[in-house]
Parts: sequence; C-alpha cells; structure tokens
Amino acid sequence: MYRLDRMKASFISAVVFVAVAGGSAVSGWAQDPFVGLGGGIPETPLDKFVLPKLQRLGVNPAICSDAVYIRRVFVDMLGTLPTAKEAREFITDSDRNKRRALVERVLERDEYATYWAMKWSDILRVKAEFPVNLWPNAAQAYHRWIRASLAENKPYDQFVREMLTSSGSNFRAGQVNFYRAIQNRTPEGIATTVALTFMGSRAEFWPKHYLPGMKVFFSQIGFKSTREWKEEVIFWDPTKITNSAPQMATFPDGTQIQLPSDRDPREVFADWLIRPENPWFTLNIANRMWSWLLGRGIIHEPDDIRSNNPPSNEALLDYLKKEMITSHYDMKHVFRLILNSRSYQVSSMSRINNPQAEANFASYPLRRLDAEVLIDAINKITGTTDLYTSAIPEPFTFIPDSMTAVAMPDGSITSSFLQLFGQSARATGMETERVNKPLPAQRMHMLNASHIQQKLEDGPKMKAIFNSSLAPHKMVEELYLTILSRFPTGDEAKNAESYAKSKVVKGNEGWVDLAWALMNTAEFLYRH
Amino acid sequence: MSTNRSSKSTGVYGTGISRREAVRRGLVGTAGLLLTERLMPGALAAVTQPVAKTASSGKVKAKSVIQIFLWGGMSHNDTWDPKPDAGYEYTGALKAAIPTKVDGIQLGELFPELAKQADKYSLIRSMTHRNFGHETAAYLMQTGHTPGERLAYPSLGAVFSLFKSDTYKGIIPPFVVLTQPAGRFSEAGFLPSKYKPFATGGDPNAARFEVEGVVAKGITDERQKARQKYLHEMNTFGNAMANNPQIAASDDAEKQAYKLILGEGKEVFDLNKEKPELRDKFGRNTFGQECLMARRLVEVGVPYIVINYPAGWDTHKDHFQTMRRQCPQLDQGLAMLLQDLSDHGLLESTLVWCSGEFGRTPKVDWQPPWNGGRGHYGNVFTVLVAGGGFKGGHVVGSSDAKAEEPKDRPVYPVDFLGSIYTLAGIDTNALLPHPLGLEARVLPIGEEGVKSNGLLKEIM
Repeated sequence: MYRLDRMKASFISAVVFVAVAGGSAVSGWAQDPFVGLGGGIPETPLDKFVLPKLQRLGVNPAICSDAVYIRRVFVDMLGTLPTAKEAREFITDSDRNKRRALVERVLERDEYATYWAMKWSDILRVKAEFPVNLWPNAAQAYHRWIRASLAENKPYDQFVREMLTSSGSNFRAGQVNFYRAIQNRTPEGIATTVALTFMGSRAEFWPKHYLPGMKVFFSQIGFKSTREWKEEVIFWDPTKITNSAPQMATFPDGTQIQLPSDRDPREVFADWLIRPENPWFTLNIANRMWSWLLGRGIIHEPDDIRSNNPPSNEALLDYLKKEMITSHYDMKHVFRLILNSRSYQVSSMSRINNPQAEANFASYPLRRLDAEVLIDAINKITGTTDLYTSAIPEPFTFIPDSMTAVAMPDGSITSSFLQLFGQSARATGMETERVNKPLPAQRMHMLNASHIQQKLEDGPKMKAIFNSSLAPHKMVEELYLTILSRFPTGDEAKNAESYAKSKVVKGNEGWVDLAWALMNTAEFLYRH
Repeated sequence: MSTNRSSKSTGVYGTGISRREAVRRGLVGTAGLLLTERLMPGALAAVTQPVAKTASSGKVKAKSVIQIFLWGGMSHNDTWDPKPDAGYEYTGALKAAIPTKVDGIQLGELFPELAKQADKYSLIRSMTHRNFGHETAAYLMQTGHTPGERLAYPSLGAVFSLFKSDTYKGIIPPFVVLTQPAGRFSEAGFLPSKYKPFATGGDPNAARFEVEGVVAKGITDERQKARQKYLHEMNTFGNAMANNPQIAASDDAEKQAYKLILGEGKEVFDLNKEKPELRDKFGRNTFGQECLMARRLVEVGVPYIVINYPAGWDTHKDHFQTMRRQCPQLDQGLAMLLQDLSDHGLLESTLVWCSGEFGRTPKVDWQPPWNGGRGHYGNVFTVLVAGGGFKGGHVVGSSDAKAEEPKDRPVYPVDFLGSIYTLAGIDTNALLPHPLGLEARVLPIGEEGVKSNGLLKEIM
C-alpha cells in the first residue's frame, strides 16, 4: 500500500494499537491516526472514473483511517460528531464491512433529514425576514415541508415538481414559499431563481433574449392576502394576461411553445424541466451532491453550469447522472454510492503539488465546519445549550433549549456565534453564501471567549469526565475520543499528562485546557 | 442631482465604457453563436469585478465615523424638532422647547446638555424617505439603497471597512459595533463576511468591560501564554498539514487573534484607563460608557464605529415615560462625546451622526391600546450630524408647522449618505465587488426612481 512520506516521527512512536479493518495490518503496527491501510475497502464502479485518472496524474492517494472516516461521514451526512462510544466501537470493530454498515446506519438516522433540511434551506432561502419578508410561521411551514420530504426520501424530481407547481397558503402548503422567498418577485426574478436553484445556471449572464422567454412561464402567479395576519395565498392567476393573443414562451434550451390557456404555465415548465434528458436538471443535482460531500463540484462552482465552465471529470458526472436517473432520483442511493467509494475515502493529508490534483479529487479537501455544526459539536461535547433568538416579534417563534442550531427552522433565528461563523444570509440561495473562511474574530472567540470557556469549565459532560475517577491516561483518551473521535498518540498522551501536572494550572484546569486545546486544533475545526 | 457617470474612472478594465455597456456589447456580439451550444448560458463567465483599490475622491476630512443608531425610531418632534405651538394633540406633555447656545435653534426640553453644545453639530430637520417598516427603513438609512432590489447592499460600516482596508492597519477590526449587532439587518450585505462588524458584546458600564474573545474571565496571562504553547504542541494534524492553504489561513487568523488577546488590543477596551471623573461625565450607564469607548476607538484610528442604542425607541405605548427615561441618558452621553472629541482635538476628523430609521407620528395616538403612543413615521424626521467636515450650529431644511412633512429642502437618504462618503473620501459611484460580478455601486445616485436633492453642501 502506498503511503505518503510526510508522516511525522511522532506517529511512528505512537503506542496506541488499533485494529484495522480487513486485518491487513501487521500486528503491533503503530497506527497513524489519520491515514489507514485501506486494505478492506473495495473499489466500486464509481472509482473507475476517478482513480485511474489520478494515477495518470501520478497520484496514488492514501485512504483515511477508520477514525477519520466515522467523523467525516457523521459531519458530512448528519452535521454532528460521533460520540466517544460510537467512535471507540467503530475504530475497534474488526468487521471487514464496517464502513458499509456505518453508511447504512447513518442514512437511517433522524439527523439525516435535519441536517440536509438545513443545507436545502440555504439554497431555498428559508428565512423569516431580510432581505425577503417570508414571516416566521411561513418560514417554518416551508422548513417543515423540506424536512419531511427528506425524511421520507422523496424522489428529487417529485420534490422539485411539488415546489414549482405549488399553490395554496404560505402557512399551510409550505412549498409555496419557494415563490415568496425571492427578493425580486417579478416573473423575471422568479425565472432567475428557478434557473439558479434547479438548473445550476446564472441567468444574469444568459444572452439577453432568453430570460424574457422563460419568464412567461412565471407570469401568471397570483399572490393574495387573506383575513389571517400575514397569510398569503399563491395561485395560478390567468387573469394576469390581459390581451387575448396566444402566449408564447421559450424554454431555456431555445424551444418555443404556445402556452395552452387551460393549464398553469408552471406545470408546462416543470414538465420540460423534470425529464432525464433535460440538459440541466439531473446534471445540476448530481454535481451538487458530489460537491456537498467532496467540497468541490465536478463543475465548479456547482451553481455555475455553463458551456465554458466544463466538468473536470465528465465520465464521473455522467455516471452520477445515470445513477440518479435509473434509481428514480433517489438521493440516498447516490449518497450511498459516493460514501462507499474509495474516492470519497481518500485522506485529506496530501502534499501533491500537481495543480490538477485538486480538481480531480486527489485528496479530501479541508473545510471549516459550518457555523451550526460547530456550535452543535461544542454543545454536544460539553453537554450545554445556546440561546437562539429571532429579532422578528412574532408569537410563533418558540425555540426550545434542547433544539440544535442545525435544526433551526428559520434563518432569522440566530446567535452572535452563528453570525460570526458565517451562517448563511439566505438572500440569494447561492452556494457561496455560506462562508467558512477563517477570520481573526472567530479564532479569538474559540480561543478566548467566555462563551466557550464557560462550557469547558462548567458543562455537565465536561464535569462528568473531570470528576470521574479515571486514571490520567484514561482521562486523556476519553477527551480525545469525545472531541476528536480518535485515540491519542503516545506523544500526545505524554504531553497532556505532563501539562496537567504543571504548575501553571491547578485543579481541573489542566484538563479544561486539554479540552480547550483540542477544540482549537485544525483537526477539530475542519472537516478532514 | 444628476451625476455624470462617464466622467468617473470606474470603467471596465480602463476602457472607459461602463460595465453595463460592456455586457450589452458582449452579448450583442456573441448571442448568435451561442445558440448552437449544448448548454446555452455560456455567454459570459462570472468575471471578477474590477474594483478600484482606492475609491478616494478628494480630501479625506472624516477619518473615523461614529454612528449612533436609535433603533426603533426616535420621535423627532419631542426631541430635536420641537413644535411647541402644535397643540396638545401633537406635543402631549412634552410641549416645552428650550433655547440653545446658537441663536434661533431650539431643542425639546429633555436635551439641556445638547443645547449647550449646539455650536458643534447641525440638525437635518427635513430627512425623508417615506418608508414605515423597521427593517426596510433601517436598510435604507444605512445602505442608501431601496429595499426590495435584487441585491442586499452592505451598510456604511462594511463599505468603510472595504475601502479603508488599504490605509487602516490597526489590530482592532475596522468596523466595530458597541455592543450588539442590530439584528433584522445584514450589515455586510453581499460583501464577504470579513467586512461584517466586530460586535464587542459585554457591557462597558460593568466593572470590567469583557469584550467577547479579547478579555477572558479568570485566566491569568501566564496561563494564557502556557496554553498557547500547549495548543501548538497538541495541534498534531495542523502541524502535519502546515503547508495546506486552509491551515495557513487559519494560522494567520490565530496570530492576529493573539495580538488582540495578549497585546495592546485589550488595553484599548480597558475603560479603567480613563479618569473616574471623566467616566462620570459621560454618565455611568451603558450608553454613556459606549460613547467614551467610541472615543478610545477613534483614538486608535478605527474607521467606523456603531453604537446601537442599548434600549429601543419603538414607543407605540408608554411613549412619554420612555422618553423621560431615555432622553436624559442620550442627552448626556452624546453631548459629552462631542465635548470630549473636541477636547482631544478629534472632532474635526471624526464624523458623528445620530438618528433612528425614521421618526414617529407627530400626532399622539391617545386611543387604546396605545394610550398616548406614537407610531412609525418616515415622511419627515431629524438627523444630528457633527464633525468630520460637517459644520456645527446649522439647521438644514425644516418640517412644516406640525412636523408632518418636509417644508423646505427635503433631504433623501442618498444625499445624507453621499455626504458622509464624500467627507470620508469614498467615491459614491465606486463599484462594489459583487459575488456574481453584477454591477453594484456604493450609492444609486442618479439612478432611475432614486430621489435626490444633492449633497449637504450647505454644511460641508
């Protein structure tokens, strides 16, 4: 097995022995905490489109360790960390097929729908106020519909069709809010949003006459208020057409059509869009799903599909599209294919300087945890909660203490932490709206804010560990598994024990500082 | 006011043609060709917007700006535009107007301290935008752009931190909010998040102003340094990946953070370095101490400081009680801020403005459930401006006899914001970097449907 030679001496001297899936490890091998031997991970059909290409570029990527894999899958798919118990059991499990079994368990967990509802809420702009006034209970109805659709694994084409052809009350038929959550609520603005969301295409840069052709499909949408405060009904309103001439519309592929007068034009558009042979529809979702897991679209940015932005790996994209179509738009099926591939399981530790390596997925790219995922991880580890509020005065926004940030049903619900760490503004629905770039103020907060320090000192789960009668080396192990989802190396364990004994700290401070240090490592803060 | 765009130096790639024009020409030239492509929308890549490094135009008079925002909307006729003759229906119990240091300028009776400083500031009594929603009016007053456009524009502070990034190199972030962000409002708009404000949290009136992230509770400097070293030892993954650009960026951010935590940064926030008598003069309350804190931030060159008034002014109910409670603190803190800036020789280079997102209905609503309250009012209201190139002792425009409509010289948001930008040397016509590469300018002066009456030349 190829191994990168960047390993540090400290790994080699590690004393923690870990069972390796597939049993290919030499007994007593000092395990690298980050890179696995990968012997038990079979190549999948997907890998045929990725790995040979990397070999041609001279890259033979290492496979991540079990510890990295469980953390990666949890964060990528559920937006949460494995518990110490889950991490320990997985790492020490000797079943050859444990990674596949983990994927199946993860896809069935409740957090799956919660986490992906958050991701979709960014793209579908689920936010009570600013810059679009959706109103809290409408935002919550929208979120509820999205989450329920994901929980039942509704086929993606049906999910889109229900939104595009929706009519009804913003409080009762959550999906109608797709048409309300648009800043520029004109036929042209709606068409632009539809193109961005479901075609991955930026209509702002289309040739001039395309958008006027497409907007006709969205020019008969009625919005009317009711006697209930802030309720709004979305409906097909043919009376918006005042002249009797036949309505001509143009699909984004240039095909002209005369709109039948007895049919909601949005249905005509949806029928055109939601077909396997539509050049954008399947491409967009397949590419986005890959980018959500691998941090980069095969076409990149994933919502900038155009002919002069070609895919870095067309065969891979075709394969994912085909799988999407033959599985009848089963999103879990495509997630499963990716998660089980060796291509997904490559290590993030790569020193390949080939500029093409990144675009060809030679290593798993580092990305800072999403704001919500990060604060939830901190709260889960320490057993604490945060206060979330919405500035919109509204009786419907009740936020129970136990609710995680990932589960918040409305982008207007926030905290200063979420603001600081780049919670999406949900103004445009673009993928780049969520910003995970490191800022000094964020580092300051993690390093030194009383908000974090208090959780570390007084969080019930932290106290339970500090006050347990565990021997020092067991204490170190428990903190590592809880915070980093892995066992410590020998050097790390030694360092930790000697710091806890040093004169600078007294009482539990040594252990508080260990938890503090681990939470401030790149390993904690980044998906890796 | 009209602006001749073509005379400005903001053309695309120095060609002298506007971006809009370039896009139009590009499309006209290639559209036919594109029709044959499999994926049609390849017309134009999202190009990186050419943003002028320095958008300066003219001399920089305002080096720093202090914005005091009276969230909720403060009544104008009870405060800085008194109408003692309007009758009880309008004035309620606050019917007295008091003279000020400047002949002919009167203030409401709750502002005796500001009355003594009237030579230092001017009042715009004809501010108007006719918007009655908190979030939309707040957006209008802090971005200058009409709400409901397809882009969410950045606020003044974010634009300052964008354009001042090449001249301001201090360790305190360039855009500071005391102490909480406003909410219901996205300060950075479409700009990258590094232009968001740094909100201090904490309470400057507490025994120790605990600025979140800068001043930690109960951690000695010795332990602070020991654990910094410890962190570096324990950062196994990060150390092995030190060459990764993501890790390098994170390390840079950490270095800057430690400059604030261990360095002179935390001194700036230490109000105990000020004389107790001076602190008393500002008022021993949160707002008063925020004003003092703002002066300390100006001293180290921070370009834009926002004080979000620590209590709201949305007085639909309990209006007069709230005014009697809050106005004296506003009066004392703001008046002392102007005096103190002047004492430190900073008023000339520091622009101070104070306003809410709108005023309040001049006629009192005596009906239940309001029982003597005032509603939202965007037709006319008053803004206080001082320093940074604004003259003191003047009144711009006026409202009618009952403070219901502008009487003369209506001032629109772009006129007001345009004056601030101009005094700070920021070109109101400069391009802002939009993530999609769309055309976005600092202010929409001269654009269709945007009302303007020109910059506030009379006090500049």
